[in-house]
Amino acid sequence: MRSMSDRVAVVGVGAVPPRPLSVDRSYRELGFESATRAYGDAGVTHQDIESFISVCEDFHEGTSITDEYTPDQLGAVLQPVHTIAGDGLQGVAAAVMLIRTGIADLVAVEAHCKTSNILTHEQVLAMALDPTYERALRVTPHFVAGMEMRRYLHETGSSEDAVAMVVVKNRRHALGNPVAAYGGILSPDDVLASAAVCEPLRELEISPNSDGAVVLVLASEEAARRTPKPVWIRGVGWASGTPWLAGRSWGQASYAGVAAEMAYRMAGITQPDREIRFAEIDDTYAYKELQHLEAAQLAPRADVTRMVMEGETRRGGRLPVNPSGGSLGMGYCFDATALYRTAEAVRQIRGEAGRAQVAQATTGLVVSWRGIPTQSGGAMVLSAD
Amino acid sequence: MSLIKRKPQRRVAVIGAGLSLFMRRALDTGKELAYYAASQALQTAGIRLKDIQAVVMATAPDAFDGVHMKGEWLLDGAGGVGKPYLRAYVGGGSGVFSIISGWMMVASGVFDLVLVVAEEKMSSCQPHPQGAFLTIFDHIIERPLGPNLLWIFSLEQQRYMAAYGIRNEDIALVSVKNKHNALAHPAAQVAARLTVKDILDSDVVAWPVHRLMVSPISDGAAAVVLASEQVARRLSDRPIWIQGVGWCLDTSYWGNRDLAYPRYVEKAAWMAYEMAGVTEPRKQIHVAEPYDPFAYKELHHLEGLQLADRGQAPEDLARGRFDRTGELPSCPSGGLMGVGNPIAAAGLMKICELFWQLRREAGARQVPGNPERGVAQAWGDLMQIGTVAVLGVR
Repeated sequence: MRSMSDRVAVVGVGAVPPRPLSVDRSYRELGFESATRAYGDAGVTHQDIESFISVCEDFHEGTSITDEYTPDQLGAVLQPVHTIAGDGLQGVAAAVMLIRTGIADLVAVEAHCKTSNILTHEQVLAMALDPTYERALRVTPHFVAGMEMRRYLHETGSSEDAVAMVVVKNRRHALGNPVAAYGGILSPDDVLASAAVCEPLRELEISPNSDGAVVLVLASEEAARRTPKPVWIRGVGWASGTPWLAGRSWGQASYAGVAAEMAYRMAGITQPDREIRFAEIDDTYAYKELQHLEAAQLAPRADVTRMVMEGETRRGGRLPVNPSGGSLGMGYCFDATALYRTAEAVRQIRGEAGRAQVAQATTGLVVSWRGIPTQSGGAMVLSAD
Repeated sequence: MSLIKRKPQRRVAVIGAGLSLFMRRALDTGKELAYYAASQALQTAGIRLKDIQAVVMATAPDAFDGVHMKGEWLLDGAGGVGKPYLRAYVGGGSGVFSIISGWMMVASGVFDLVLVVAEEKMSSCQPHPQGAFLTIFDHIIERPLGPNLLWIFSLEQQRYMAAYGIRNEDIALVSVKNKHNALAHPAAQVAARLTVKDILDSDVVAWPVHRLMVSPISDGAAAVVLASEQVARRLSDRPIWIQGVGWCLDTSYWGNRDLAYPRYVEKAAWMAYEMAGVTEPRKQIHVAEPYDPFAYKELHHLEGLQLADRGQAPEDLARGRFDRTGELPSCPSGGLMGVGNPIAAAGLMKICELFWQLRREAGARQVPGNPERGVAQAWGDLMQIGTVAVLGVR
């Protein structure tokens, strides 16, 4: 039995810019493009990759058993390929574990989103509610987020202004990211003046759905040393809370707390607020960024509002959060969102983020969430060494 | 390029197994079925849910339940609340893949105790669960033709028969054997004592597939507990080891492939065999649970698993080689044709069967001798994926 290190790195990143429409390409073509870029970035070809993991959900694709359509565009025909019907970070975690078993050195993880093919996304979302007890309410599924936001503001004493400021910050950050489609200069008042979707949740506080595809190449330490730009996965974690709306925790993102603890434990991080230099955190809804920051122990409960209002989470602040623009600035890509956050964190750590670059971006945190009505999410610590 | 050939760093054992009854129109919800199987697996492992560090769920299309992100919905029945929970999904191959996914979790050194649950509740899909399969086809080039699963599997059976000169009578024997084997299975849904004539007298659903050559629509769940070597030795006096795993996915464009032989099963099998140190499968495998959702598939898969020569499995079957008391017992559980086919749960049921057979706890289904190593396999997607696990007593 050969002994090897348990360290795993991201060695290749490929993505297409998320856009609200992609009429000229199918999801398979988007995947192909991302895979080609990721393999090129890692300096490998598809023939070097030993196993492949795709992340997809049937109803998002309009195809049952949608994992059927994953191998060809990745160059993965007749290879060990499997699908995680879950969050992008769960796919990454599966790849990390597969590499740590010692049987594979190079594993690719793919996720995509073709939301423009979905005519009635809210109806698809509503089908994630329990058919007997929850779906019968027949209201927009965003009500789950509205209620969660209300409870979060109530428990923490945070203000709607702080939530609006997250939108202002992320849309502004997006102006510095050449692939982001939703850059803009807004004021908190602009955000608060947008239509209420489910009070207190407002239209501009919801990330716009976008088409996209991301492929990451992960490698064992041995293989990573042979690639030009490894970024190390020091820790990864994920967790789920109860699926019942009636039993869930509304004010806190408890899943993110468990996931972050697991990732920190694996990474040997004991003081996250000191060791994490920047974060790419799920902001599907603007308030989630605050909730996730708190769950990941990057901001004490009483302090989140102040941090955001005083600009500490801006690109030049003490703890830059979503310097890429996040989903509010780049678009929301369902379960592929976590891979976009990861890809952006990798660019930061490599120092390739251009105008979006954060100073001393040596260690970053990624936090993901599967969206309403779930309480499932992940966390990952990425580092230059 | 060949598939993975390296040895894993750590060993993983199965230390408990559980199974719900397989039935049509269970009154229990999918969550409840999962709960029964998971509880039984925990109980036989002698542990409680709080000892479990992570949970794997396998369940086939969301369309059965009409629930988006069905894995999320099912997670509390499987014991996933507050834990890392993962739904690994490879269509019909998911049942066997679920322990491969659990194996990764433990063999990675990240977790020591993992619960693997597979659940399927097909009855709630109205008017018939075949409807859930109408949307598995390519939306541009295939769906306009209106294919369904029976349709494409009958094509595959036709091709298998034509390529090797196999008669339908030879294939019907699989139904006879498995439904008979299932008479000894307490969870079985469609056990029966039938003749080849009975099988071929049943309605043709899509020529050459007759109704009794197709597994039934089922509700059910299965579960196992996986443990790292150190924990397995502490908790169990008879751990069953996962010696090798393999999986392989072929192209989505099934119309471009020769359906006579499942090459993806062969590749997955060799990956698992090499990991397990198996060089002569026919000698070193003592009991097999190949995937048998259709009668011909068991034969097809025995060939892919290298346990019979190409086109020869029907002859081996006819001379009793695959009987429970034969040279290589195949589907001693009764398989999907006899026990039932709650899709993902049926694959994991095969792992449960190997666990009980290798521990000599299979009761009336026990194969003779001292079986030391078994193989289980599942298959799915567009006649496209093979998932294989080799289990053994050491």
